[in-house]
Amino acid sequence: MFEKALSGDRRYWGWIFFLLLIMGTGFIFYIKQLNYGLGITGMSRDISWGLYIAQFTFLVGVAASAVMLVIPYYLHDYKKFGKIIIFGEFLAISAVIMCLMFVFVDMGQPMRAMNMILYPTPNSIMFWDMVVLNGYLLLNLIIGWTTLSAERNELPPPKWVKPLIYISIPWAISIHTVTAFLYAGLPGRHLWLTAIMAPRFLASAFASGPALLIILCLTVKRISSFDPGKEAIQTLGKIVTYAVIINLFFFVLELFTAFYSKIPGHMHPFQYLFFGIEGHGKLIPWMWTAFILSIMAIILLINPNMRENENILIVSAVLVFISTWIDKGMGLVIGGFIPNPFEEIIEYSPTVPEVLITLGVWATGLLIITVLYKIAVSIKEKTV
Amino acid sequence: MSYESKANRRQFLKILGFSTLSGLGSIPAIWALTPQFAIRNLQSEKRWAMVVDMKKFRTEEDYKKCIDACHTIHNVPDFGNPKDEVKWIWKMPYRNTFPEQEDEYISDGVKQMPFMVLCNHCKNPPCVRVCPTKATFKRIDGIVQMDYHRCIGCRFCMAACPYGSRSFNFREPRPFIKEKNPEYPTRTRGVVEKCNFCEERLSKGLSPACVEACKDNKALIFGDLNDPDSEVRKVLESNYTIRRKPELGTQPGVYYIV
Repeated sequence: MFEKALSGDRRYWGWIFFLLLIMGTGFIFYIKQLNYGLGITGMSRDISWGLYIAQFTFLVGVAASAVMLVIPYYLHDYKKFGKIIIFGEFLAISAVIMCLMFVFVDMGQPMRAMNMILYPTPNSIMFWDMVVLNGYLLLNLIIGWTTLSAERNELPPPKWVKPLIYISIPWAISIHTVTAFLYAGLPGRHLWLTAIMAPRFLASAFASGPALLIILCLTVKRISSFDPGKEAIQTLGKIVTYAVIINLFFFVLELFTAFYSKIPGHMHPFQYLFFGIEGHGKLIPWMWTAFILSIMAIILLINPNMRENENILIVSAVLVFISTWIDKGMGLVIGGFIPNPFEEIIEYSPTVPEVLITLGVWATGLLIITVLYKIAVSIKEKTV
Repeated sequence: MSYESKANRRQFLKILGFSTLSGLGSIPAIWALTPQFAIRNLQSEKRWAMVVDMKKFRTEEDYKKCIDACHTIHNVPDFGNPKDEVKWIWKMPYRNTFPEQEDEYISDGVKQMPFMVLCNHCKNPPCVRVCPTKATFKRIDGIVQMDYHRCIGCRFCMAACPYGSRSFNFREPRPFIKEKNPEYPTRTRGVVEKCNFCEERLSKGLSPACVEACKDNKALIFGDLNDPDSEVRKVLESNYTIRRKPELGTQPGVYYIV
């Protein structure tokens, strides 16, 4: 099936080379990082995770969101998703690969990565995160590829994939739950030490993932003759609407506990993120942007008449995507480190090499999506 | 692709149940395969601990000699900037050392007083719990130690440590070591490090470098908590001591006399 990715028009190749260029730049700076050490980034003794782990956390959510197509289609026989389910699975593949890459570029000793397998440590949540992420990648590769091959040959998918599809449902929930557990079980990091971390992660995942899928599906519709179907897109819109509201609700719950209990440690990270502490407030504009965008998205999405307009829907999807990207990426990761265990405010901002490496990983993910979607669209254009 | 919805849901629940069971079932097997399993059941005779007697720290020199002794002997690099900083033992104002004790009416003497901070060698160390490779581990004598050769530099331990005790080699440390001590290994970039209670000296029957550096006024008292006749036990019995963030249940092995 791969040959489908090798034929395309000028625009297609232009886009591929553009991505390769960004990937190449990122790679060059990654080599620099390897030679110099992680000191090339903005990270420090106090903010020991930064942009990379922020992207990782956000993208695990995008990956998990494929389940929002799988559940309606396979468990509730919602046929409208039949045409786009492959896009969800392929998005998951690309997102998980980006996740793994972001963890890899964040490692101080990447050549020792196999130590995670040579010395398996079940009491470390990171061990389980590795297991569930790689498992999820494998599941989606097998499911996506097999069902698409069957479709190309105009046959029903083989029976043995079905159990894998069913397993992929709790598995998708697990990747995001385990990723939340990376944070939610650490004593002394107040922003992260919350039992609703996993539900919050899932809510924002089911907002950001389907939002990205709406953007991707409408893009596919615009540049190819494949139509994902109006109703499928509308249903995705409803899922995003519910999820973005639940996400905001969970956020309000966090605010209540922190500010009604008035426990300083619980209030500090929120105060830092939204108002700044002792004159430090690099994330204030970002956090307010995230907050305002999510409110705007809710206003646009909650009215069915507005949501039915695909132009408004795509704008809302973009708003949701940016908002969750800020909130669950930098907001969550950096906010967890400020104040530090000594109650000092030490700030972080990414460096240029760090940003370029991050863009390189994103470009790799986009390249994978482009190639996989190209294959899927070529097959669907023929069969539909 | 028309699947029978009801039958499938039943099938799905079955598979879900089985996969959960088999997943959980594998946990004891993985435990059994990990070397730590054996260590867990051993009983130690010792539990090393330190008492920091802040009454004895009077001059700048009192702090400096302890810090220098440690950092020289352990080849701790000096990058000269806070971003890349590596430190094993250092001073911190009272309000930063015990932030939950903040009180505006506390005596100025205490408020201004810098405290000695280092790795607490917790009884329940969160850093050990999160390390994905057992590069940081708790010895049977209570010392939380690092294996610099196994550390993959994921820095999960730094996020987990509630005391900010851990440093990461953001850059190649060797050019920034003033005078290399051949007795102790230097580190490479990309690994985490911290105080090791001078396990290399303890194994030779010596006391930790910082303890030795201030032995004239006995500002730091080191010993075995499990030995009722040890000096630390006696000091703990005759003085009121506090530990950092006791509410977290980590059970630090470093005590402070204010």
